[in-house]
Order: sequence, then C-alpha cells, then structure tokens
Amino acid sequence: MSYQPRNSRAHQLLKLNLAPWRMVTVGGLLLGGLVLVAGRAFYLQGLHTDYLQGKGDEVANRNLTLPTHRGQVSDRHGQLLAISTPVESLWARPLELKLSTEQHAHLAKVLGMSPQELSKNLTHKTRGEFAVRRPVTPEQAVNITAMGAPGLYLRREFRRYYPAGEVAAHVVGFTNVDDLGQEGVERAYQSWLVGREGERHILRDRHGNTIRDLAPIKTAQMGGNLALALDLKIQYLAHRELAAAIATHKAKGGSVVVLDAKTGEILALANQPIFNPNNRSNYQPDLMRNRAVIDTFEPGSTVKPFVAAAVLERGLFTPDSVIQTPNNFRVGTKLVRDDHPHPQLTVTEIIQKSSNIGAAKMAMTLTPQQFWEVLHRVGLGEKPGSGFPGETAGLLRPPGTWRPVEQATMAYGYGLSVSLLQMTRAYMAFANDGEVMPLSFLRREPQEITGERVFSPAVAREVRTMMEAVTQEGGTGQSIHVPGYRIAGKTGTAHKVLNGSYASDRYLSSFIGMAPASNPRLIIGVVIDEPSDGVYYGSSVAGPVFAQVMGASLRLLALPPDAPETATRMTQAAPAGATPTVVARVGGGM
Amino acid sequence: MSRLNVVLALVLVLCALAVIQAQHRARNYFVELERLKKEAHALDEQWGQLQLEQSTWANPARVDTLARTQLGLVAPSPERVHVETSDVETLVGAP
Repeated sequence: MSYQPRNSRAHQLLKLNLAPWRMVTVGGLLLGGLVLVAGRAFYLQGLHTDYLQGKGDEVANRNLTLPTHRGQVSDRHGQLLAISTPVESLWARPLELKLSTEQHAHLAKVLGMSPQELSKNLTHKTRGEFAVRRPVTPEQAVNITAMGAPGLYLRREFRRYYPAGEVAAHVVGFTNVDDLGQEGVERAYQSWLVGREGERHILRDRHGNTIRDLAPIKTAQMGGNLALALDLKIQYLAHRELAAAIATHKAKGGSVVVLDAKTGEILALANQPIFNPNNRSNYQPDLMRNRAVIDTFEPGSTVKPFVAAAVLERGLFTPDSVIQTPNNFRVGTKLVRDDHPHPQLTVTEIIQKSSNIGAAKMAMTLTPQQFWEVLHRVGLGEKPGSGFPGETAGLLRPPGTWRPVEQATMAYGYGLSVSLLQMTRAYMAFANDGEVMPLSFLRREPQEITGERVFSPAVAREVRTMMEAVTQEGGTGQSIHVPGYRIAGKTGTAHKVLNGSYASDRYLSSFIGMAPASNPRLIIGVVIDEPSDGVYYGSSVAGPVFAQVMGASLRLLALPPDAPETATRMTQAAPAGATPTVVARVGGGM
Repeated sequence: MSRLNVVLALVLVLCALAVIQAQHRARNYFVELERLKKEAHALDEQWGQLQLEQSTWANPARVDTLARTQLGLVAPSPERVHVETSDVETLVGAP
C-alpha cells in the first residue's frame, strides 16, 4: 500500500548497480544447491527407501519371541519330579572365532579341560555354529562373558532336571534334546506339558527400552503342570526295598506297584534295573523299560483267588466246601501236581495252601466261557487303561480255543500272561468290595471316579478272608507280617518259559496283597525276576518286600491299625517297664 | 470475537501441552511396566531354580541316608508306638 513505484527517480541511490554476471553466479549457486539437496532427497526417499526403512526398523522395530518352557511334573504332595530351568550353554561360530593363546589357556581352565582337549573341541568342520559345552555353570558363564572373545557366545536354553533321579525314573520318563517326551509320563502328556512360544512386535528407543507395541501381543502359553498320583515317599520306599531284595536274591530284575485301593491311583511304581534320567550318556533301552507296565509274565498262583471268586459267585462252592485233592488228578494226559500234597482241602485251604489240584478242580466245574468271563471281567487280556505309553494287555485267549488241559493250567496261572500293573489292578476287586476303580497316574479327587462292579461285595469279602488266611498259621505266606495290621494276599511262584518250555530252575516270585484287611486301603504287587540264590518262593522273595513297603506306607498314611494285638503281643515280649515313647495320632482313617 | 479467539488459542496450547505430558508419562509407565515384567520373569526363573534346589536337598534317598548315618535315627519298634484313634468306626470292619 505504501510502497513506492520501482522506477521512481526519488530513489536513484537505491538502485542496484550490479554486474549481471554476479546475479547469475549467485542465482546459479543457489539453484545448484537446491538441485543437489532435492536430488539427494529423491535418491534417499525414492530409490533407497526400502533399504533405509529396513535399517531404521532394525534399530527401532523388533520382533521378539516370548520364551516358554515345559510344565513341571510333581508328586501328589507337590514334590518336584521334573522341572525345566534355564541354563547357559557355550556356543562357538568357527568363522569368527579368534582366540589368543592366553585366552585359549584361560578358557580351558574355566571349562576344566586340558588345552589340547579344548583345541579338539573347537576344531569343528562346520560352517555354522556348534555347542562347545552345554550346559555351563553360572560361574563359568560369568568367566566366559568377561573374556569377551569373538566367536564365543552364551545361549540360554531350558534344560530338564529330574530331582528324584532314578527313584521315579520309570514313571516320569524323560525328554530328548528337542524337549519332546520320549518315555513315561513325559511322553503320555506331551501335548499338555509343552508350552507355545509367544510373539511381540515392539518399537524401541535409542536406549533399547520398549516404547510401545506395534501389533497385538501373542502371549506365550506356558506348559501345563502335572500332579501325579505318585507319593514320592512311598515311591522311595518301594524303590529301596526292591533294590535291596534284588541284591540279596541276585535277581535279574523286578517291579513293585502300590495302588490306592479306594481310588485306583498309582501311589508308587518301581522297577529294577534302573537308569538315571539326568545323565543318559550310556543309553540302554533295556534299563528304561517300565517292566511293571510293559512286560508280561505268567502269573502262577496269584490267579487262584479269581477261580475261587468265580465258583463262589455261581454258588458252586462255599468257603468251607471240602474238595478231594488226591495227588493223581489228571486232566487229559496232564498230571496236575502239588508241591505239598493234601488228601482233601476246603476252598479256603486251597487258597491258603495254594493247591494247584484244588484250583484246577474248581476251575473244571465251570465252562470255559464262564471262567474266561470272570478273568476278562477283572481286566486280564485287556489294557489296564493307565494311559502309560506302551502298556500291555497281556494274553488271555478266547475260550473257544481252550483245550481242557489249558483250562486246568490256567486255574493256577499258566497259559495266560499279565503285567504286574494289570494283576495288581485286578486285586482291587477284592480290596474294594468288588469294585475296580480305573487306574490313574495322575492325582484325582475321590468324587471324580466311578468304579466298575466286578464281584458282589459278599464274594469279594469271602475271598479276601481266604487271602487273609494265606498270611496266617498254615498259609503259604505265614512268614509275612505287618505288625499292627491284618493283611491279605496271595503268593505266586511261576516257572519261566525258556526256549518254548518251562525251565525247572528259573522262577518268577510274586506276591500281591492288601492291608488293612478289614478295609483295605493299599494294594501292593511285587514281582521278582529270576531270584538265583536258592530261594525262590513268592513268600520268601517277594513277600518281605511287600511287608516292608506295606508297613512303612501304612505308617506314612497314618492308618489306624486293625490288629493292635499283634503289636501288643510284641509289647509283652519287650522288656518290662518299656513305656510307649512315640504317640501316633490317627484321624478319620482316610 | 477476537478475545474469544485468544482464549481458545490459549486453551488449545494448554491442551497440546497436556497431551505431550500425558504421552510422556505413558511412555515412562510403559518402560516401567516392561522393566517389572522382566523382573517378574527373572524371579520366576529363580523360583524354579530354588524349587529344584529344595527338591534336591529334600530327596528321600538323601534324607534317609543322613537320618540313619549322621543323626542315628531309627524307625520306632511297634511296642514303642502308642496309637491314639479318634475314630472307632474304622477299627470295626469286616471280620
């Protein structure tokens, strides 16, 4: 508004007297600068944008994997049996690896190996990376980080530990390097135990702090924890007593199964020989086999109570019926023998003294179909349903294929095969008043379970009383005692099959029993494979293991004694004036 | 009219500052949250290691050996045990 016109003469002095080349030069320089900047901007923004964007994002944008780990396995009281915990392991990239002689010597010292050994370890012909030592101890990790040698680095990994070691090894099983369950519970519950890694996309600042999430977080799913039915204390007892018996009797192997008679939970399951799940450098599949679940054997005399139950339930005999048991009883051409023959026995005495003749005679009063049906009902020839990988169904042939002689031998446990777990489960029918509860390796609440009725309560109790007679005066197991408690059980001594025929000097000794007999809470099955120190009867090899484990387990569970007089009797034998110094309080019994 | 404009402009500036402030605080809290999460994770791992240590010490085999050898403990013989029972029912079972 108030500007003067440009060509006003009044402003002659203000007129620029510049040489035109100067204008051109300055203008040109400015324009050149502009072109340069614009060109550079175009070069960066337009042509190299992907590359630069990528570089930028690399610093600020991060994809993180959220680590997860395998769930824990614990016993019924929360004692750990398997846990994954992070450890550092030492890795090397051969291409970048440069160690001075000094560093080399230092590293060898830290790892506790000679420099020569270390050199051998480090000369891998791989282009990638390899583990030098897994895992390293936390102290070693600190030392190695302090060295700061190029090409050596620590990597965080989860390692599986088994604090109970070999004691629970066969049940818990183990995982391989890729964290996959290979055996036992680790394998059976793989999908539950394994976790799922999560993912986050984040933006970071210069200091490496996370500023915000760029995408919704995929949360990591931790592996589920498992509480097993196992009671680590009982498990340890079973393991200890079994190991001791195997050593004394120079046996090849053996198993112990402890079941809760009311719930079907597997409180302990021990096998010999054993392996250490924390150190599997000497991998021997034979040692890792859970014999109690996977191996079968001919049960021998432990089948007899089922024969008794079968004939009682049909009303063919009563516990006091007398059966002639002459020592020349033949079925077909086969002569059935007793080691200690008796001319005649009652049904109770047949079980008590384990008479083969008596059992065979009773079985012959049934049709094959009827006999088969009873054995089938208690679970023989069928998988026991514990969910354990590789569990066996044993062998029980269909009744149509039976010859009479087989029906007779089956009555005393030859011609069919079972696993120890299966047989112990079958005894639940007697322990639990005729009801068999489904087996479980996992802890359960009592209200969750419904059983399967196999025998009537009356029959189950009658047979239980017979089995109690086994451990009393005159029974095959009269040497087996648990002070303070009444016990019921059955001994078994079976010849092993060797090259298709029965070996006269190789035996399987077994004992399956329950206590307190008035209202059984525990069932324990014991089998010892080839005791070879001259003693082989079930009562003297497997029986003591049963008594030891049963006595200690009943004490652990604080069950009220149902035969206090057996303890009292011993009190009278004790020096006069001995006062009770230990007071055990027992509650409602459960 | 112009006075209102001035007031509104002032309010606008204040709001803008408040947004900056809020954003800044949000970032700080976020950083703090991340730090605490990391700490929780580390504590979790430590808890696992302590559990492992505890179960190693409490291993029945170890306790058994120590009790017998170092402490000289033995299981009480039956005649030295007196049982008190509050539940008589469980004693009266099947014959």
